Amino acid sequence: MMKQNQGKGLTRRQLLSGSAKLGAAFIVGAGFVANPGVSWALEVKHLKPESMATLIQMARDIYPHDHVGDEFYAAAVKGYDTADNMETVEAGIAALNAAAVKAGHASYVGAGWERDRVDILRSMEDSAFFQTVRGGLVTGLYNQKAVWPLFGYEGESYSKGGYIDRGFDDINWI
Amino acid sequence: MAAPFDKNDDSVVVIIGTGAGGGVLANELAQKGISVVALEAGARHLPQDFINDEWDSFGQLAWLDPRTTSGDWRVAKDFSGLPAWIVKSVGGTTQHWAGASLRFQKHEWKAKTTYGDVAGASLLDWPIDPDEMDPYYTKAEDKLGVTQTGGREALPGCNNYKVFEAGAKKLGYEQVHTGRMAINSKERDGELACQQTGFCFQGCKWGAKWSAGYRDIPAGEATGNLEVREKSHVARILHNDAGKVTGVEYFDADGNIQMQKARVVCVAGNSFESPRMLLNSASSMFPDGLANSSGQVGRNYMRHMTGSVYGVFDKPVKMWRGTTMAGIIQDEARHDPSRGFVGGYELETLALGLPFMAAFLDPGSWGREFTTALDSYENMAGMWIVGEDMPQETNRVTLNTDVKDQHGLPVVNVHFDDHPNDIAMRNHAYEQGAAIYDAVGATRTFPTPPYPSTHNLGTNRMSENARDGVVNKWGRTHDIPNLYVSDGSVFTTGAAENPTLTIVALAIRQADHLASEMSKGNL
Repeated sequence: MMKQNQGKGLTRRQLLSGSAKLGAAFIVGAGFVANPGVSWALEVKHLKPESMATLIQMARDIYPHDHVGDEFYAAAVKGYDTADNMETVEAGIAALNAAAVKAGHASYVGAGWERDRVDILRSMEDSAFFQTVRGGLVTGLYNQKAVWPLFGYEGESYSKGGYIDRGFDDINWI
Repeated sequence: MAAPFDKNDDSVVVIIGTGAGGGVLANELAQKGISVVALEAGARHLPQDFINDEWDSFGQLAWLDPRTTSGDWRVAKDFSGLPAWIVKSVGGTTQHWAGASLRFQKHEWKAKTTYGDVAGASLLDWPIDPDEMDPYYTKAEDKLGVTQTGGREALPGCNNYKVFEAGAKKLGYEQVHTGRMAINSKERDGELACQQTGFCFQGCKWGAKWSAGYRDIPAGEATGNLEVREKSHVARILHNDAGKVTGVEYFDADGNIQMQKARVVCVAGNSFESPRMLLNSASSMFPDGLANSSGQVGRNYMRHMTGSVYGVFDKPVKMWRGTTMAGIIQDEARHDPSRGFVGGYELETLALGLPFMAAFLDPGSWGREFTTALDSYENMAGMWIVGEDMPQETNRVTLNTDVKDQHGLPVVNVHFDDHPNDIAMRNHAYEQGAAIYDAVGATRTFPTPPYPSTHNLGTNRMSENARDGVVNKWGRTHDIPNLYVSDGSVFTTGAAENPTLTIVALAIRQADHLASEMSKGNL
């Protein structure tokens, strides 16, 4: 699928058809990025849908957790979809794709192996765009309360009376 | 006269800051019948206000006014605008502290004599006889309700502690226990006992951990002798032609400048703000700032040699459950130069929640090496390293006149370079920390770099001779007889122990001194 797009990028028709897979996320319609396999979708108002899909893939490649679904990465970067951010983000994504093309790939998401995409990210690691996205993810991804259970983290405990009667010392293997 | 006090009342003692130093001093003086106005930059946050959420609490309590950094310490790279993780609130950083309450070892009061000359270090002996501190330490322990002192029971060990203790014992460490903590192991005088909730750093919602904010300050206010003015940010300390301080100018909660007259001024704003206030108070009579004839104000900044070690295991630990700092290994706190450094360090368990672990495990890092560590968050155990760092004259707090705070006052730049002794000690501690976890089956360990500083010390240091420091053995500035410093900035050297108990003990001692001097007519 990626091969047919090589060097051309995605056409509008392909976007609308929903047949194009961009990284882990799918473009399912004008202004929407989604993964049809699960129940989430993100409406984009300012960024190009394929740019948002690229941003989601970039987020996953920066902080890859295979047990964390795309919706959490999408939630972490959706804040970039504003009129104020649009120009900077589109420029950043364009630079990312340009670096990918230079490395012999169709586009950033067109690089099939994470290893190849990480090499592209490493080449632009010092850029303001990369550092902004990475820095934002530290809170944007890991401070989502819905993500915490996926790591076992239990969050707030005062309302439950702490752990005095709920296993503060329940380790059984040491 | 009972509180509140008139701004023209020049009989009051003005204390700037209400943390471990200022908050305790304010209460101790009020208990003695002395009139006190305490100016606090932060607002009042009580246990019911605290938030069991790392970032939300950080936004509520942390001192976030601008600061700048320089030097080779990694904090300057990772957190360039946040050199310290300290608190702006009534009670200061005692709202946030973990509660570890350790006495200095006797030899640590005499670091210069004990360690000898260390190249590049500006070591000095404290001008205090260690034996003189014993009764004050006892008073401080009783005030704070420190476990395993004064007949108080130890706290129980949580999961994180059990891993730590088992590893320590396999390595042959002997001084391993659940710590001497200012956290109630039993109900005490109507105060609750620890409920093993975690979130000690976010303020104890049970009030089971001692904080000046909800213990000493209300106790002082109840005497009628203490008035706390919240959201009052000091701009400068005023003086007369005789070279004595006369009052304090501050911005009130509405941003209007106010002036409070004073008989005595005690500066207790922690080791950045205290020297900043002295430097920002420069005048034609004191062009280099108040109490700075030695040029030592702001110098010899110490932050403790720190770092963390996290270990991942093949089974769950759930380190976030229970007391954040739940135990200690003290065997390495001794002075033993055969290890390749002078001074020593403590190892203390530490737990971070997932949000802060992501921010602090290896700041700036990304990719699978980083994320596979977090994938094992549930199976992680953690410890913090705290050891004596070397004072260096060039590690210093200076005014950065290019950057102004919300009141238009120059902010501080904090410059810090690690001393070779600090690096050697940190590397030793990283190895020992990893060995502790390896001994009980860790599959992976992480030597985690220092966080923004929580132990900020030494920028107005205590010295026998006026040329070597800023204050004398009572915290009285060498230059100005009615100007005192009452916080951790007076530390001559840092010792290996968490500093709060010593700050509290010194504040209790200073209160006795002030009362005595006032009754003699010397102040």
